[in-house]
Formats: sequence, C-alpha cells, structure tokens
Amino acid sequence: MAKYIMKRIVYMIITLFIVASLTFFLMKLIPGSPFNNFEKLSEVQQNILLDKYGLKDPVPVQYFHYMVNMVKGDLGVSFQFDNTPVTELLVNRVGPSAQLGLQAMVVGAIIGIILGVLAALKQNTWIDYLCTFIAVVGKSIPSFIFAGLMQYYIAVKLGWLPVMLWRGPEYTILPTIALAMFPISIAARFMRTEMVEVLGSDYITLAKAKGASSFQISVKHALRNALIPVVTVLGPLAVSLMTGSLVIEQIFGVPGIGEQFVKSINVNDYPVIMGTNILFAVLFVIVTLIVDLLYGIIDPRIRISGGKS
Amino acid sequence: MKKSKLSLLLVLSLVLSMFLAACGGGDKNEGKEKGNKKANTEEQLADKQELNVLESAEIPTMDSVMNQDVLGATMFNAVNEGLYRLDPDQKVIPGVAEGMPEYNADKTVLTIKLKKDTKWSNGDPVTAHDFVFAWQRAIDPKTASPYGPYFMMGKIKNATEIVNKKAKVEDLGIKAKDDYTLEISLATPIPYIESYLTYSLFYPQNKKYVEEQGKNYAKDADHLLYNGPFKMTKWKGPTATEWVLEKNEDYWDAKNVTLTKINFNVSKDPQASANAFTAGEADITPKLAQAAILSQFEGSDDLLRYLEPSNWWLKMNEKNKALKNENIRRAIALAVDKKALVDDVLANGSIVSDFIVPKGFTVDKNGKDFRDTTDSYLKTNKEEAKKYWEKGLKETGLKEVTLTYVGQDTDTAKTTDAFIKDQLEKTLPGMKINIESVPFKIRIAREDSEQYDLLMGGWGPDYQDPMTFMDLWVTGGGNNHMNYSNPEFDKLIDAANHELAKPGKEEERWKTLQKAEKIVLEEDAALAPLYQRSVNLLINPKVKGFAHHAFGPDYSYQWIKIVK
Repeated sequence: MAKYIMKRIVYMIITLFIVASLTFFLMKLIPGSPFNNFEKLSEVQQNILLDKYGLKDPVPVQYFHYMVNMVKGDLGVSFQFDNTPVTELLVNRVGPSAQLGLQAMVVGAIIGIILGVLAALKQNTWIDYLCTFIAVVGKSIPSFIFAGLMQYYIAVKLGWLPVMLWRGPEYTILPTIALAMFPISIAARFMRTEMVEVLGSDYITLAKAKGASSFQISVKHALRNALIPVVTVLGPLAVSLMTGSLVIEQIFGVPGIGEQFVKSINVNDYPVIMGTNILFAVLFVIVTLIVDLLYGIIDPRIRISGGKS
Repeated sequence: MKKSKLSLLLVLSLVLSMFLAACGGGDKNEGKEKGNKKANTEEQLADKQELNVLESAEIPTMDSVMNQDVLGATMFNAVNEGLYRLDPDQKVIPGVAEGMPEYNADKTVLTIKLKKDTKWSNGDPVTAHDFVFAWQRAIDPKTASPYGPYFMMGKIKNATEIVNKKAKVEDLGIKAKDDYTLEISLATPIPYIESYLTYSLFYPQNKKYVEEQGKNYAKDADHLLYNGPFKMTKWKGPTATEWVLEKNEDYWDAKNVTLTKINFNVSKDPQASANAFTAGEADITPKLAQAAILSQFEGSDDLLRYLEPSNWWLKMNEKNKALKNENIRRAIALAVDKKALVDDVLANGSIVSDFIVPKGFTVDKNGKDFRDTTDSYLKTNKEEAKKYWEKGLKETGLKEVTLTYVGQDTDTAKTTDAFIKDQLEKTLPGMKINIESVPFKIRIAREDSEQYDLLMGGWGPDYQDPMTFMDLWVTGGGNNHMNYSNPEFDKLIDAANHELAKPGKEEERWKTLQKAEKIVLEEDAALAPLYQRSVNLLINPKVKGFAHHAFGPDYSYQWIKIVK
C-alpha cells in the first residue's frame, strides 16, 4: 500500500511538471499584452514595465525562472491586482469556491444516489420516470438558467433568501442548489443504470433465495456494488465543482476562483493563469488518487497494491 | 402508454417554463407605480445616511501613482483629494488648492496656494511637499508607474527627459516654494491644465508614510492615508470583493458631506445586479448595457441614463486596396442605418454619431458645447452610398470586395456587428463581410498590429479637451493604426498643440480643431463614426445628489443625500 502510494506520488509530480510546462508555453501564445492601455504608452515606458515583470527575457529563460521559483513556492505577483502575490490571491479566492463545490457535491451525491436507487428499485413506475425526468432536466438545462430562475423567484419575488453576495450560511443555499443540479443528474443516471444491472445479477437472486430482506439486499448488496462507477465520475466532478463555476460565482457574487481564472486568461495575467492551473492540476491528481484508494474500500475485489492477490 | 406519460410530462414542463418566462415582464408597471408614489413625498433626509453600491470589478490598486483604472480613479476621488476636483457640472473647483492657479505671461508656470487646514488621516498636514513627492514618484522609472509618464510626458517640464534618463527625477517641473505654495512648470502651455490636474495621478502622497510602509503601502485599508471626503475603513487589498467608506470628519468640507457610510460589493453579472437592486439590496448598480435588462426598467425612475463621452466607430484600414479608395470608404460610412442601430439594436439610449468629438464633453470660452458650434458629417444616406460604391469599384477595377471585420465577443458587440454586416452587404452589392469576434485584449492586439480591414473600436477621453479625440489620427500616431495620413490634418493638430495653445488663441484653436475634424470625416471619409454611448444604471430614487463625470473618476459620492 505505502509503496503504491509512493509510486503514485512520483507520477503525480511528473504529471504536474508536464501540466505546468504545457500551460506556460500555451499561455505565451495568447496574443495581447498583460498591461492595460499598453498601446498608449511610449516605447521607453513599455520597456520599463516589461523589464519590471521580467517579460523581456526570451520565453525559455522566463520558463526556467518560473519553474525554479515555483519549486520554491513562489508563484509570482499578479499583473491585474497590483503587487498581489498569486499565492495570496489563490488562498483568498479558493475558500468560497471549495466550500460551494463541496456543499454542491455532497448535496448532489446524496440526492442523486437516492434518486437513482429509487428509480432502480421502482423500475418503470412513475417514481422511476420522475427521477429520470429530474436527471434529464438537471443535465440538459445549464446551471445558470436554474441560478437565474431561483434568484428571481426565490430571492427577488418571494424574498426567502438573499439575492447575492457572500456573507453567511444562508448566502450559500441558492448557489449550492444551482451548482448541485449537475452532480444530482450524473449520480442519479449512473446509479440507476448500475443498480438495475446489479439487481439482475445472480448474487442478488441468491440473497433473495436465502431470504434476506429487501432493505438488506438493496443497501448491503446492491448499493455497494453499484457505487463504483458513481465514485469514478464523481471524483473528477468534485474537482471541477471545487475549482469554481464562472457563471454561478458571477450570478451570486461569490468571491471565488472560477471567475478569476477566466478573467486572468482574458487579461493575460500570466502568473495568475499559471498559479490557478497548477492548483487545479494538484487538486485533480490528488482526487484521482483518493478515488483509486476508495475503490479498494468499496470493493475489496479490487486490489490496488497489485500482485499479491 | 408509458411513453405518452413521459411526453405529457415534457409538454407540461415546457408550458410551465413558458409561463415562468412570461411572468418576467411584469416589472415595468410596478416600478412606475413605486416611482409616482415616491415623487409625492416630501424631501426630508432619511435617518440612516448609508448607501449600498454594486461595482462590476475589484479595485486593482489604491496607490494613486500606480492606478490606471476608472474604478480606482473613482475611489481616489472619494477618499483622497488633489489640487482640484470636478463638481457635478464638470466645472473645476478647488480641492486642496486655495483657489485657481496664477499663471505667468505665457501660461507655462502655475503658482498654486494650498489650503492650510487640510489633514491626512494620521494627523499630518497636507503640504506642497506631498505633491512634489507623489509627482516625482510617478515619473521615476524605478516606480514603473504605467500612467505617470503617459500623463506627464510632453506636458510637465522635464518629464520626457527623466523617462529617457536625460534628467534627474528632482528636475521635474514641480517645486514646493514653501509648505503651502506649489510652482508647476509646463513643457508647453496646456489650455486644459486645470481639469487635467483633477486626475488622481496628480494627487499628493505623504512622503514619510509611503517610505515607512515600503512594500506594504496600499496593501489594504490599514496601510493607506486619506485626505478626502471619506475614509476607507474596510478593504482587504486588490482581490477584495467588498469594501467600506465612512465619512472623514477631518475633511475640510466635512460639513457638506451627508453620507456616513458607503458599502461597496462586486457584482459581475448585470442581471444579478438588477435583481439585487429590485430586491432592495443595492441602491446603485454598476453600468448596465444589455437591452434585455434595460427594457425591464424602461420609463421607471429607477433608471439613470446619460450620455458619456465615448465614441464608437468603424476603423477602415487603408492597407487594404479597396479601403485605400476614398469613395469606397465613404460608401461604407454612409451605408449603415445608424438610427436603427441605436434605436433597435443597442436600445440603451446611445445616440447617432456623425462626428469625432463627442457631445456634452467640452465647451468653449462662452460655455458652448464643441458640437453646437460646428457641423456633423457622414450622415446615413444609402442612395449616396450606392453611388460612391459604384464609383469606387470603377476606380479600383474591383467587382466585389471581401473584408475582414474585427469585433468584440460580448453579446452586445456581436449583435451590433451582425447588424452592420447586414447593412453593408445589403446596401453595397458585391460587398462581403467576414466577422471575427474576439476578446477585448485581442481586439486591441489586432488593432495595434493593423491586422484587420474593418474594426469596431471606441475611444474615451484621457483629459477634458477635444484634442484627446483629435490627435489620434495624425500620421503614424500611436493610436492611428489605420494608415490614415493627411499632411494638412497633421499641420492643424500641430498648430493646436503648439502656437495656438498659447494664451489668447483659444477661439482660433477651437476653430482649428473643428476644421481638422471636418478633414478626417467630410473630406477624407477616413473613419465611419457610428454612435456615442449612453450610460445606464439603476439608482434608488431616494438617493439625491449623485454626480457623474465626463473623464477621470466615474462618480462623486460626497454630495449624495438620502431622502425619506
């Protein structure tokens, strides 16, 4: 087990190195300058600015500097936010996004799994159709439509919850629901498909023949076996939820990282693009590792350390 | 049977969503009723003088020397003060200065006396040395201020030399003759110098404090000093999405400041901002441009609409063989129905532009608007456009013309661009337009590298003088980028910048600039002006005395009163 994890960590570092390098060179291909009103400045002035931020060096030299600093934990300073270290920006902004993403993930996974299980157990009844309908709606209607509708009807018209901003638990409810629609639909659809398949398998028939209660069958035997594919898709989904949604954050005025990431690309804020991308990559590889470890816990037949089985 | 149940459900949900969508339009009348009721009540001050404002972005920096952002300028205007500031009618009024400057004979040296009772928020007096320090800091190449040199070069004495390392920072044309007397030397007479000095780059900074704080200066609200109508009491730095201003009791004009507190929050989604406003969570929204949102508030007294000095036009790159031809350019300029563009496509109160220098921006000595004393040019005329088009095609020997049109990738920009393409292709047979919608930064890059045939661009003023719109078009000018060149035009602009900038020549200078405008549009048809933009925002009708400005800061909050 420890050996396996060590090996995975080495792979993770290699992956991160490749991601960072690719991002760096791709980013340099974005046309335009990172400075506002750059075109209005005289050449001398432009050179002073380029010098200050080390943008006059050839790209490979810049790359080398960046990688060395990155290893030291220095991700540079933002261009758009005068003199703000990128690490500070990430630390400030990632909190709300991660909180929102986790809440949406938990809410989404629980509701989705319940819907999926219900649909599978009550196959081809109105419960099944209702659950499927919710899943289809959740998947096909973009979250910003839900966000907009909820904001207008629940917050503006009914006044039950605040319209926007980020000041306390009640401010997180609407964005969480809006963001949870997608995981709900994904979890429900995967869960239903897997459950239907598992319920038709021989060992369920055996359990039934042995006289196990239907609750025992569905929870202990069917659910656990059907969870594997759900965990596989929910892992990466959790990362994309936690790294922030541009539209949801904009609509509800959440000071998160998603909006910031898109903006940093639009304004060529190189250090922020790099920093955010590396952060996303780190989260992604960590979650992938956790998902792989979870497989072993959910289904003991999967041996992650390999060989000895 | 089962299938039909499902489809019934789908149909039901569709009907439901249509019903919901239809409900969305109900606001208009509600707003009006509310407004009428309010108008009848007497104007008594509310007990709570607290304002909630939404802004569409964070403050990139609170170091006035490093700022190049409009929101930044608006905040400095609220929490700090320079020599002068703009009043609600865009007139220059004294701030830290005691009165208007005294000039020498050729208007190149200004002597300004300062008020003796203005204070920094740490108790230090605001002195002439604070101005000298801030200005020197702004021009110092070590500071790498993006706007310092841009605003000072060619205007303040020795600024250009300092940037080019031919003079020392101390040689900059600003001297403290004593603690409360400033002497400013200009490189050349500047007719608009007084309004120019209202810009936040020219604000004072407390030398001792800035040097003490070093890298921490302007890091957050606790590492700043204030000498304006408000103090910033909460701001965690450039990434903060909320900040708070409170009244500065030590401000010299504090008796005329009624507001006690302003809460700012960032909201980047226009519809969400409008929702927060409707729910009463905000008193003032950011600028809203989308016709779909504005239509919900059309006619309501929540909607504040005013023209801003921002002019939008189609740039025609003369590197293109067809666009080198004057008749083809004129045909393009005349072919677009600008009235339909502003009324039906933009639908946000923008007006047709048949000019370069915008309306309501600058006035002459007698207080008359630049636009009211001259003509307009290139008015929409499709018949004429067709004639010029045929003539142009004959002259160039072309049968069809295919042009690359670079526009921005926002929704509003895309509809505008599609409309213009349609107008041009329908009016001018043989014209083919390929639209490329790109992000803002890339549009600018394409413009700089002159990789376009037609480009939808706009310009806002850097200072309050027609020149900020006129010198764009000189041969090889840093913002020409359409290969336009007319030596006669260049001569007129040069004259207006030099000989005619001297005292007593104001009227002639104005006429010269108007003549130059006529050359670009009427004689050369170098540019196809389309519209002058309107600002739209929602403001609680109980908020009185909200002032907006034509250049520099967007707004002033200090004269606001909230009525019952």
